[in-house]
Amino acid sequence: MMIFLVAFTKYLIPLIIQLLVVLGFVFTTVAASQYLGPKRKTAGKLESFESGLDAVGNARVPFSVKYFLAAILFVLFDVEIIFLYPWAVNFKELGWQGFVEMLMFIVFFTLGFFYVLKKGALKWDD
Amino acid sequence: MGGFLLSKTILIVIIFVITLVIAMYSTILERKFAAWLQDRIGPNRTGPGGILQPLADGVKMFMKEEIIPANAHKFLFIMGPMLAMTTALMASVVIPWGKSLKIGDFVMDLQVADLNIGILYVFGVVSIGVYGIMIGGWASNNKFSLLGALRASSQMISYELAMSLSLVAVIMSTGTLSMGEIAAQQSGWHWNVFTQPLSFIIFIICAFAETNRTPFDLPECETELIGGYHTEYSSMGLGFYLFAEYINMFISSAVMATIFFGGYNMPFLDQLGLAPNVEALIGTAFFFGKIAFFILFFMWVRWTIPRFRYDQLMNLGWKVMIPLALVNILITGSVLILRDHFNF
Repeated sequence: MMIFLVAFTKYLIPLIIQLLVVLGFVFTTVAASQYLGPKRKTAGKLESFESGLDAVGNARVPFSVKYFLAAILFVLFDVEIIFLYPWAVNFKELGWQGFVEMLMFIVFFTLGFFYVLKKGALKWDD
Repeated sequence: MGGFLLSKTILIVIIFVITLVIAMYSTILERKFAAWLQDRIGPNRTGPGGILQPLADGVKMFMKEEIIPANAHKFLFIMGPMLAMTTALMASVVIPWGKSLKIGDFVMDLQVADLNIGILYVFGVVSIGVYGIMIGGWASNNKFSLLGALRASSQMISYELAMSLSLVAVIMSTGTLSMGEIAAQQSGWHWNVFTQPLSFIIFIICAFAETNRTPFDLPECETELIGGYHTEYSSMGLGFYLFAEYINMFISSAVMATIFFGGYNMPFLDQLGLAPNVEALIGTAFFFGKIAFFILFFMWVRWTIPRFRYDQLMNLGWKVMIPLALVNILITGSVLILRDHFNF
């Protein structure tokens, strides 16, 4: 409980103050710009921009699945990288046994990585 | 407790103002630097030598009409730039700006919060920044914006992998995630860039991609996508997106200076026998010098290297940077283990 309180005052309170200062600035600026700017809305002005031509259809169409694949792979590999962080912090205490164990993890990681590459998950030019 | 809160609040406000001023003056610096490289004069009408240009730009941003397209999602359209700005400004919390100052018996740390997970905090905040771009681009309901946002998010998440992998090697040799401790370990000439040069090169390339700077400025490349994810924005919405990019550039320069270039440490400064407070302030000034160098480097690269093609960008991120970072981890691990074993 004590440790939690110390950590709270030492780390979280400055973070909260910073967040309040930043949010205060952001909201004031947006509100001020809304208040100061002119408001002359015309139908042409409110149309979405398409190089001066009339907009065709809706922009929210299905997009290439490649982006989705890249996002899924990111989540997968990011989780694996997060496993490396606690090991890296304790690298010196864990010594060579820890290194060999992590080496196996990295080998599996790399195998999966090359499998994904061979499967053509990141081929952009077709 | 009261003194603690007061000192933290003062420090937060000072750093907040410095961040904004540096971001503002980076815009004029960028234009002047570009002008100099292209043998032009650059903006020179507002104030002596154009020194008041950023203020004039700011006033213009405030006075312009805020246009929200009729078929845009109103709430998300307003929220996107606010989120981008908030996340950009939050990352400065963990950066150690200098050694602590002694005022009477009161010790004032020049770091807002020395979180023991400092590096992870920076990564976390930077990743939330992707949402600002994605939300803004999607809410605009414009084809160019959507394409820009898709490119931005897939580029940023791809380079985030290599970025976090490159730092694993540094953390193995420092043994901590706290930015304050990493800076303190590099006293004098013991800068991490000398022991981890490959890690630094990977990190700086990824920093260019994360901040959407040339040669990786595909999300907003004007020849293909008009303005990219901020095509539909005007007034302060546009101002926030542009400003957030400059703040991100400043923050990533500060992170690079802290992790790789010794932070506030200046070689031979401790041998001059100065008063501790003076020494701390000179260290802070030197730290800002390093940051200025990196910001200038960002601008120099912009006018030197042409833009990548999209598949080249993704190939560089996934097929070069990630394997290189893994190799770097293996080399670092082997060297550290062998050094421990043979005591050299």
